[in-house]
Amino acid sequence: MSATRRVNWAASAVLLVSMAGAVTTLRAIDRIRRGATFQEALYIRSSKALRRMSLGYTGLLADIYWTRAVQYFGYQHHTSSTDFSLLAPLLQMTTELDPRLLPAYQFGANFLGPKPPNGAGTPEKALALMNYGIEHNPDQWRLYYNLGFLCYTELKDYSKAADAFARGAKVAGANPFMSVLAARMAQHAGEFDTARMLWRTTYESTKDPQIQRNAVEHLQALRVDEDVTRLEEVVAKYHQQSGTLPASMSGLERAGFIRGTPMDPTGRPYQLKSDGRIEVQDPDRILFITKGLPPGMASPQPKVAKKD
Amino acid sequence: MNSRIASVAFNTFREAVRDRVLYNLIAFALLLSGAAILVGQISIDIERLVVVNLGLTAVTLFGAVIAIFIGIGLVSKEIDKRTLYTVLSRPVRRWEFVVGKFFGLTGTLVLNTFFMAIGVFLALLYEAHKLEKSDGWVLVALYFIVLQFLMVCALALFFSSFSTPLMSAVFTFALFAIGSLSDDLRGFAGIARGPGGWMVAAIAYLVPNFSALNVINRVAHGDPVPGRLILYNTVYALLYSAMAISGAVLIFQRRNLK
Amino acid sequence: MAAIEILGLEKSYLVGFWRKRAKQALRPLHLTIEEGEVFGFLGPNGAGKTTTLKLLMGLVFPTGGTARILGMDLDDPQVMAQIGFLPEQPYFYDYLTAQELLEYYGQLSGMAAKDRSSRVQKMLSRVGLQDSARVQLRKFSKGMLQRVGLAQAILHDPRLVFLDEPMSGLDPMGRREVRDLIQELRQEGKTVFFSTHILSDAEALCDRVAVINQGELRGVGAVAELTSQLHGKVEIIFYGQSAPAALITLGAVARVSGDMVSAVLMEERQDAALEVLRREHLKLISLTPVRSSLEEYYIQKLQPAEGKAAGA
Repeated sequence: MSATRRVNWAASAVLLVSMAGAVTTLRAIDRIRRGATFQEALYIRSSKALRRMSLGYTGLLADIYWTRAVQYFGYQHHTSSTDFSLLAPLLQMTTELDPRLLPAYQFGANFLGPKPPNGAGTPEKALALMNYGIEHNPDQWRLYYNLGFLCYTELKDYSKAADAFARGAKVAGANPFMSVLAARMAQHAGEFDTARMLWRTTYESTKDPQIQRNAVEHLQALRVDEDVTRLEEVVAKYHQQSGTLPASMSGLERAGFIRGTPMDPTGRPYQLKSDGRIEVQDPDRILFITKGLPPGMASPQPKVAKKD
Repeated sequence: MNSRIASVAFNTFREAVRDRVLYNLIAFALLLSGAAILVGQISIDIERLVVVNLGLTAVTLFGAVIAIFIGIGLVSKEIDKRTLYTVLSRPVRRWEFVVGKFFGLTGTLVLNTFFMAIGVFLALLYEAHKLEKSDGWVLVALYFIVLQFLMVCALALFFSSFSTPLMSAVFTFALFAIGSLSDDLRGFAGIARGPGGWMVAAIAYLVPNFSALNVINRVAHGDPVPGRLILYNTVYALLYSAMAISGAVLIFQRRNLK
Repeated sequence: MAAIEILGLEKSYLVGFWRKRAKQALRPLHLTIEEGEVFGFLGPNGAGKTTTLKLLMGLVFPTGGTARILGMDLDDPQVMAQIGFLPEQPYFYDYLTAQELLEYYGQLSGMAAKDRSSRVQKMLSRVGLQDSARVQLRKFSKGMLQRVGLAQAILHDPRLVFLDEPMSGLDPMGRREVRDLIQELRQEGKTVFFSTHILSDAEALCDRVAVINQGELRGVGAVAELTSQLHGKVEIIFYGQSAPAALITLGAVARVSGDMVSAVLMEERQDAALEVLRREHLKLISLTPVRSSLEEYYIQKLQPAEGKAAGA
């Protein structure tokens, strides 16, 4: 059977080699085409037209657009792009095709508001999306959470946030923390604990890795803000007591105001400046902080933090 | 060996050309190109866009249908109908037969695409009264379409090697549809996790990627196609076809003909 | 060297919904065919004749045993160059003309271009299709297709020719022509292996025959021996109204038609019978030896033998 066997071996070899080659080439093609595909994704901008063309399989199409939205954001964020213009349309298409695709609203609440590269920078579109979601799913308490979250973090409208949480708390089956958050919004909106509670809730209530990472970064920033505030209060007390500013961090320690050298979440010690201010040693490493920045540095930083 | 492959290829080509189904489909496609002109008249300012989009999409779809029908007709039916008995009792090896069929099929489709392309260019000429430099990119789009046909023929042959004419047509058509959506499949694969994710990834990468070969929208707007993409797509189409053909050969080698 | 050696060739299929039951299309077959002989493969429909041919042609793969043609393995490509095959009820490429088909097949058989065209024309004439050379095959009648099939089988002048039911679909004229063709092939020194269930053809043409039934070989033998082997009888025809009692006593089987009687009895009793006629003053018309027909051998071989379990 040698002739047949030779052909079989040759054909098997060709099969395996070409299969490996085809997959490899395909990945290379994908890398080249990355940017182009997203534009083509929105060739059809009218969801009504799309709905008709989908022959009723709107659910599947919604899933496809949702996948694209997530990929789009990830790609733009990863390449530190300043253009997130397709995110809102993609999310709109998704929710118009399937208004009950709840993760889309949470994604929009987290990423439509912040400025690039952390988001699309269009908080008003985010608000519109939240309201659209609530209108179509009035029995989903999580959507009220998203709305409240958006009002607190991006719109800085604490009373509206409180209102949203309160409404959500009334929905059947709502998590008890909704009423807690409503109360905190009303009384203690500006406090660190409130913000921390909100971000932690967001972190725990999602499985989306991008939202989780975002929440972690915000919690870190909160910690820094809190640390800096506390340290500056300590410096002020020292000044009050001794009439001079402390010369160094160890001076504070010797005087018994602090224990050990305070470190920021990246493990670097806080710096005590000559004018009594506390600064983070390497502000480029931590996103979203509003305190501990050198003077003149815009806050929050518009660029992506360097990875350690 | 080569002359036998060439004989089989030429005979396949001759058989396809004499099959009247081919002419009906080509005529239909040309008609559609003509219709593109009409539609262009209705939507002002985007005549060129419509002609290119509609024309090239028609070429793709009809070509794929032709590829599938002729491919199945010329191979699966042949195996089914025992025409092969007298062919395979000659010094032609089974693998030469498969490869020869493939070349004959693709030759037919290239000729086919050529005629349909003339239709598109005539429509373009009629619309704009002259051809611009950016129209050259339409040729690239057509080249990519031919590459798609290469892969479709290879798949049709692959399925014909073990399945009935009807099922081969169904499978090939299904893969054509799935392959046109393969970008999203790979998107899903990126998100899915666990063992299911592996399976989705495997399928997503083994399904023919026709969406990469679809640059119709881009050339309709007169945008260029990067040279690297042309190179990689060519390599991909050739490798993928080789994969399907070698699979066909392997299966056909051990097939008992009824 | 034997033209064809079949060494235990066997084929079984898995049938049934779950493909669990085995159906034996061909039980292990042992057969040798010498070069230059015309060999008939006899059996009813479904006996395994076509399966055997397909196995030899490499169209179907055996589940056991091997075979050799001209000393070479079946998948040796050189084998294919030396054989020609006509399948049962052949089907060809519809849109080709007879000439184009033969040209194509000639190319595949590796015939050089110069020889090809002249041979194609010769073959077409030989099978009587020279006038239809440029007609598309889809317009051909069944008999014409059969002739094209024969033409392509001998086109490349192969040493062995395999024919599966070559007479099927032909009118008596056609069948006569095919018989003549096979005779010619035999004179050219070719080996012919053909399957049929028309026994008179086999009897007229073959040197040896084999009988196969239900996938099993039932008997092989030279035609000459087989037809004389079983019974040595003579037929005596004489004028008369009936057969004399004495003849019946000798074991004669008599038949009366008009004023003639035909009596068939064993050859050994021939002299005694003639003696009876002389005594009775009956006029002898003829005395001829009766060759038993192949038909009897065939039918006998088709019965499951006593002691052998049927279908085992």
